[in-house]
Amino acid sequence: MELSVLWFVLVTVLFIGFFFLEGFDYGVGILLPVLGKNDTERRVLINTIGPVWDGNEVWMITAGGAMFAAFPHVYATMFSGFYLALFLMLMALIVRGVAFEFRSKDENPAWRTTWDWLIFFGSAIPALLWGVAVANLIKGVPINANMQYVGTFFDLLSPYTLVGGLAFLLVFIFHGAMYLTLKTTGEMVERARKAAVKAGVPAAVFCLMLVGMTYTNTDLFASTGAGITLWGAVVLFVGAYAAVYAKRYGLGFTLSSLTIAFTTVAFFWGLFPRLMVSSLNPAWSLTITNASSSQYTLQIMTVAALALVPVVLVYQGWVYWTFRKRVTAKDLEY
Amino acid sequence: MEELLLSRWQFGITTVYHFLFVPLTIGLSLIIAILETIYVRTGNEMYKQQTKFWGKLFLINFAMGVVTGIVQEFHFGMNWSEYSRFMGDIFGAPLALEALTAFYLESIFLGLWIFGWDRIPKVLHAASIWIVALATNLSAFWILVANSFMQNPVGYALRNGRAEMTDFIALITNPYVFYQFPHTVLSGLVTAGFFVLAISAYHLIRKTHVDFFRASFKLGLVWTTISLFLLMGSGHAQTQFIAKAQPMKLAAAEALWETANPAPFAVAALIDEENKTNSFEIKIPAMLSLMANNDPNTPIRGINDIEKEYIAKYGPGNYVPAVTPVFWSFRIMVAAGSAMMLIVLAAGFLWWRGQLEAKPCVLKAVLWSLPLPYIANSTGWFVTEGGRQPWIVVGLQRVEEAVSPSVGAGSIWISLIGFTVVYALLAIAAIYLVQKFVRQGPVDTPVTPTKPAAKGATLWS
Ligand code: HDD
Ligand code: HEM
Ligand code: HEM
Repeated sequence: MELSVLWFVLVTVLFIGFFFLEGFDYGVGILLPVLGKNDTERRVLINTIGPVWDGNEVWMITAGGAMFAAFPHVYATMFSGFYLALFLMLMALIVRGVAFEFRSKDENPAWRTTWDWLIFFGSAIPALLWGVAVANLIKGVPINANMQYVGTFFDLLSPYTLVGGLAFLLVFIFHGAMYLTLKTTGEMVERARKAAVKAGVPAAVFCLMLVGMTYTNTDLFASTGAGITLWGAVVLFVGAYAAVYAKRYGLGFTLSSLTIAFTTVAFFWGLFPRLMVSSLNPAWSLTITNASSSQYTLQIMTVAALALVPVVLVYQGWVYWTFRKRVTAKDLEY
Repeated sequence: MEELLLSRWQFGITTVYHFLFVPLTIGLSLIIAILETIYVRTGNEMYKQQTKFWGKLFLINFAMGVVTGIVQEFHFGMNWSEYSRFMGDIFGAPLALEALTAFYLESIFLGLWIFGWDRIPKVLHAASIWIVALATNLSAFWILVANSFMQNPVGYALRNGRAEMTDFIALITNPYVFYQFPHTVLSGLVTAGFFVLAISAYHLIRKTHVDFFRASFKLGLVWTTISLFLLMGSGHAQTQFIAKAQPMKLAAAEALWETANPAPFAVAALIDEENKTNSFEIKIPAMLSLMANNDPNTPIRGINDIEKEYIAKYGPGNYVPAVTPVFWSFRIMVAAGSAMMLIVLAAGFLWWRGQLEAKPCVLKAVLWSLPLPYIANSTGWFVTEGGRQPWIVVGLQRVEEAVSPSVGAGSIWISLIGFTVVYALLAIAAIYLVQKFVRQGPVDTPVTPTKPAAKGATLWS
């Protein structure tokens, strides 16, 4: 296999890890003000992701770093082109990260409420924006012959990309609620289930809209594999919904995780071998050939990634295992 | 070009801000690891309290470091896209490796450490903070590999209109790293040592939790003195290296316009950048030659000569960095280091005489000097980065060629103002929490603790 193809796959894998892990992180953050009726409950909710959220976020940092190392032109074009959107996202991530650490360090209710809302917005905004971003990659954005983005911030917003954003947001909320059914106890489990059931309906609607509009807005379905995978994601989501309805939480979480993985695979598969589509001229799209690093750099990075990613998976998995118990009001840290 | 200026301001503000938190993380993680190791080995509860007390402050600082670091990672693509295209083949690798080898370890094991107090065996718990500390230092290594390439490009070839990596080993054994890495890590150790000293002094002055803070003061004193000596030594070595690797930076840092043999050291100068001369200076004869070459009878090349050479080599243009700020930044860093040294030595002397707490003026000096390491860190980076101008990658790319063409001034204004405002607000929140916990002191220890039951080897007896 060509190394640039391998790196396309690796970047996809990093995004799967990122969306799967941060997906429930963001979901929990968004559900915080909804499900947490008092301070103790909100603390329990935050503590379900307390030990792991930072490690989850590193998946995003690594995905960014890997893109920089393997496809510098994509990193350059996308990050400068999506400037204001990324700025918004950074702001959200900044306040969110600090909020987890700071909110319980002071008793003042106003202090805590402020940080709780920052966690809410800090989780909702990136969830939405990543959906918008992924939809834009495949729909195509104005990129000229010099690989420069020539549109404005508002060119990133179209019915299709907004539907993509809302679909991501709602699926993440559902996914977060599923996670909470596994990590909390007592009445909170039931509340999380209700939230999943409620969020699941619009999530399914938006997913279907996304799939439908993907037919008209993109060429994703030109690839049969990508098309089948995308429909597979919808089926999996329906399965997850049925599972939560039947109170089969472990199954439900597994299926919502697979929904996210399948969606990510479908979009990257549909993109392949491109990473960013140019809406001005297909020849100006960024591909694994014209945007990649040199062969030598890819070799070095391949060795490093193949040696390191499995190790990361082992110890991250082990830490999840260490904290596998449900969180109760007795074991609060944040 | 407005975009260029704004991007530079934004980058300067956000990195300096990131680097306010990084040094403390580098040093304090190690101090906490040592404290917890003492606790595990001796069973002395006081060291558990030490671990927890400093740990709480560490976590506040760490959170700020993490969130400001994310901005750094995105920044290159957002504001310096042409730099990212030109350098991505080389620069992306250390950045990705930093994430793969360091950030995962750091964040995952820190989560384990925060939440693992009663859940995992003590030894494993102490091991997890050691892992955090080592990963933090590893992360500093990778990012400095990246920075060192920009200062002193090695192991590359110019191909396909960009710099491509040809030798990874050369990249990570860049001689520049061998000076920059120790100096930066040591500056972290000093920052953390001073932090511990200042906060301990605060309580010793007030005579609260005295035993607790005597122990930390002692540790901080030994730690800071040793690392400060090493830091000064490494700074000296680095200056000698810069004299060879980046003569223009050295000449600018010394405001030496004309080549001189022997070259004097200017303690202070009124610099006239327009006419390329100093209208007034206080100098020590031959001192610069001595410091740079260990020999007072050697020449040091001046800015004007080096500029001629660069014009011949790179074509017409301005190759002189902003001399005044680089000159003064350098002096402020060295002065801050020297002041810290004096204070630490004075405190050590009084300690040795057993009079430290009887003469609170030195303790007060320690407390009020807490800004010094931060000032030295920021000015040190200004020498490094400001002295590199007009290059973004020395000899290969200029700053004005690096900026994103697709980002307009309006967008940068929005982000510049946004980051600055949010950073300022977060600083207020962080300082509020830190001072609150500092005042509170260790929570679970009685104000005058009973002697520990388990007499084992503590650090001092
Ligand atoms: C506590 C902080 C601190 C203190 C007391 C000092 N430094 Fe420093 N210095 C730094 C913290 C620092 C730094 C922030 O960490 C820098 C920025 C880049 C680097 O490698 O370290 C730096 C950079 C830096 C540079 C520029 C390197 C470059 O351009 O790559 C030189 C020449 C020195 N230092 C030399 C010294 C000398 C001779 C010192 C005192 C005798 C000294 N430093 C004290
Ligand atoms: C190791 C990683 C670093 C890299 C790759 C890096 C890279 C850069 C880049 C791309 C610029 C903008 C272009 C320019 O104006 O030259 C810059 C400028 C600057 N950086 Fe760094 N930097 C690093 C670390 C730091 C740190 C830790 C600090 C401060 C604490 C710092 C302080 C500055 C300042 C003050 C400027 C503005 C200089 C000027 O415009 O004159 N840098 N650096
Ligand atoms: C300008 C280039 C820089 C970039 C792109 C960058 C990137 C980052 C990122 C993404 C994080 C967050 C990691 C997490 O989520 O756990 C981070 C944190 C960190 N960075 Fe930077 N960084 C830069 C400059 C520096 C420099 C110059 C150093 C040290 C010499 C440094 C040392 C650290 C350390 C130790 C952390 C750990 C957390 C903390 O700061 O408290 N960084 N950095």
